[in-house]
Amino acid sequence: MKTLRKGAIVGPVVGALWLLIVATAVAVAMSFATGNAFRPGLAGSILLGVTLGGAALTIRNAWLLIVTGAIAAFMMTAAGIGAVQVGDGVDTVQVALASLVTGIGAGWPLSVILARQPTGEMTRHEFEEVLLRFLTGFGYIFFTAIVVIPFYVMVMTSLKSQQALLANPLDFSVDLSKGWDLFRSYRELFEDFHFGSYLWTSFYVSVLTVLITLLFSVPGAYAVARLRFTGRAAFSRSILLIYMVPMIVVALPIYIVFSVTGLRNSIFGLVLIYPVTTIPVSLYMLQGYFRGLPSEVEDAGLMDGLSRLQVIWKITLPLSLPALASVSLYVFMIAWNEFLLAFMLLDDPSKFTLTRGVAMLNSSEVPRQHLMAGAVIATVPIMVLFLGLEKFMTRGLTAGSVKG
Amino acid sequence: MTSAVPPKGTGPLARREARLAWGLLLPTIFSVAMVIILPLLSIFWISFKPIGLADLRPPVPVVRESLRGRPAAAGDVAEVEYRLRNSSQDEVISGVTLSDHWPPGISLVGEMPEGCSLSGQDFFCDFGDIDPKFNSRFRIEVEVGQAFFDWGGDPEESLPVVTGTADNVLTNAEFTLDNFRRIFDGAEFWSVLGVTLAYTIFGTIGALVVGLFAALLLNREFRGQGVLRGLYLFPYVAPVIAVAFTWVTLFDPTSGSANELLIRMGLTGAGINFFGQKPLALIMVILFEVWRYFPLSFLFILARLQSIDHDMYEAADMDGASPFQKFWYLSLPMLLGILSVLFLLRFIWTFNKFDDIFLLTGGSAGTRTLTVNVYEQAFAISNIGAGAAVAVLIFAILLVFSFFFFRFISREEGL
Repeated sequence: MKTLRKGAIVGPVVGALWLLIVATAVAVAMSFATGNAFRPGLAGSILLGVTLGGAALTIRNAWLLIVTGAIAAFMMTAAGIGAVQVGDGVDTVQVALASLVTGIGAGWPLSVILARQPTGEMTRHEFEEVLLRFLTGFGYIFFTAIVVIPFYVMVMTSLKSQQALLANPLDFSVDLSKGWDLFRSYRELFEDFHFGSYLWTSFYVSVLTVLITLLFSVPGAYAVARLRFTGRAAFSRSILLIYMVPMIVVALPIYIVFSVTGLRNSIFGLVLIYPVTTIPVSLYMLQGYFRGLPSEVEDAGLMDGLSRLQVIWKITLPLSLPALASVSLYVFMIAWNEFLLAFMLLDDPSKFTLTRGVAMLNSSEVPRQHLMAGAVIATVPIMVLFLGLEKFMTRGLTAGSVKG
Repeated sequence: MTSAVPPKGTGPLARREARLAWGLLLPTIFSVAMVIILPLLSIFWISFKPIGLADLRPPVPVVRESLRGRPAAAGDVAEVEYRLRNSSQDEVISGVTLSDHWPPGISLVGEMPEGCSLSGQDFFCDFGDIDPKFNSRFRIEVEVGQAFFDWGGDPEESLPVVTGTADNVLTNAEFTLDNFRRIFDGAEFWSVLGVTLAYTIFGTIGALVVGLFAALLLNREFRGQGVLRGLYLFPYVAPVIAVAFTWVTLFDPTSGSANELLIRMGLTGAGINFFGQKPLALIMVILFEVWRYFPLSFLFILARLQSIDHDMYEAADMDGASPFQKFWYLSLPMLLGILSVLFLLRFIWTFNKFDDIFLLTGGSAGTRTLTVNVYEQAFAISNIGAGAAVAVLIFAILLVFSFFFFRFISREEGL
């Protein structure tokens, strides 16, 4: 092992492995972008990688590596032994682009990975440092790919036509000449499938859920956090237990009761159930926050003649606005994304929530791009909320999930 | 003079505080009891009931009324026809009565059917018990007088009122063990249990390991760290229905991009049916689980990593620890607490998961877990009792889990 830990060996090996990763990534990316056939070449990748990895130990200039890598990649591809190989119908511009990306993706990271490493014997530190940087680079590519590809496919599929999809499922290039016609699936969803009303239903059901949840859980959380009563510890624990109950187990009796009482197929029934599924977690999150607030402020309020309820309203709540925002966002997300209950309890297409509406699109009679357009419509609002208020959202996710 | 002693028992102030606390908690307790506890208890009741989806609609007597004979002038003879039917195929309805208000000008000429009577214009019948599948009509000859034509209304407008009580399978005292016998029957049960365990264990560990990797990746300061962190949370934040259908589209055997990509790369000759064949479907479903929930573990592990004291690493540097040694001997022990909590939580939640598999495969191709089986039994096979029996089983397993969970988490988190 120790004899292998030489820069002259580690460099080319890391280079070869890295090139395999980069070539695969480039091939996949180019395929998805153009719809043409790109594939990683094993021999070419190893050849280019060994060369670049070896060179990176002596050439410390990243730019030089990138340019060399890109040119070499282009020439190798043209010769048919490239790290990225191409099928028929790929023009030179695309080959050049793929080679350029390969060059950047190979040269720059390799010069970072192998920076300051000797050609001779490496210490354990240096070796592990190289390994760590290699894994880090791989991690960025891997995670970005697995997260981006599905969402990319979702959005792009929704913009295609059925024929184009069947003809070449890889071709996600957008035909801008179609103009507004690109969004035909969306227009049809809103015009023929009532997605406007589903959007509105989902919105007000979620908002109502948030309001009712807060209305119930704020007093409860305050009681658990501040007031002394027998059974407090037991209560605060059993709240967590509720969160462990699988929804499907509860959904079955609810379905039966709703069927018998006629609450099935009504938004009212949904609003009756949704908040209860979120109250326990919301109560738990809020009581944690309330505990962290200094009780002296509240005591001062009590001394000044406020009642407990006034203290909650005038002192505790204004102080805990950030926590309320986190909880609200978290609850909104749960209600917006909820699928099981909506699916079981709603049959009437005029009363669907968005998730139920999207589930309806999953049939052989509805084209795929409509389904994906529906998925985009369901995803975009929650994403906008998430990206706009990421700080609150992340805190909500963290608090909401670690404790139950 | 008595010496001062601390007060014993609860004073009025403490009592008032406790009362207020329970008052504040009451809405929560009530709603949770109604929507969670009560259904949970009722599931035990239902699991011992021979009840199908169709039994949710209780049997009722149904009646149709019509005036036959087209009376045109005063003095014509017509027939009032009632058609009585039992909506159920196998339940007796007892104490069936029919009452109807006849329009003015209708007078009886023929014979009254048995059990029926007419007082003024109020017609009343008592049929007693009617058998399953009961369906019969009876006619009463009447004479139509001038008053009827003066009235001019629609005689079929006033609907006859029927009453009757049937035995409701939900509330009667009939119990059976068939549901449990059915779900424990044969090899299917063991395969469902095996799939559930495989899904839960591999899904949990996978999400944890991938999440740990992602957290280590982002545990450093660099430009774009925030962006990547947000991006890596996408799978968890997006609605499950959207991402599940995206996966189904992406991995479609005929028109899926993933298959096309593999074919183009020469890795496979024909399209692979990712979600349709054993055991690939189970692997795909586990991969989906890992993909969707790694952000959660990533978030927690990252938060924990960032709260580790930096001095420790500096000390380790001074001592000459290598990067992997630092991870193995410093970071990992610090993360052990959160990792085990996450493992337990995710284990229970993955065990409870229903939506994901239901949307991806519908439980076919060897991916039917216990939760999906609840739905399958109750709605696909229309046997609500059997579905409830599976639910009871899930609940029992969960009780065992939570026992361990609480013993463990109380130690870990000091709850």
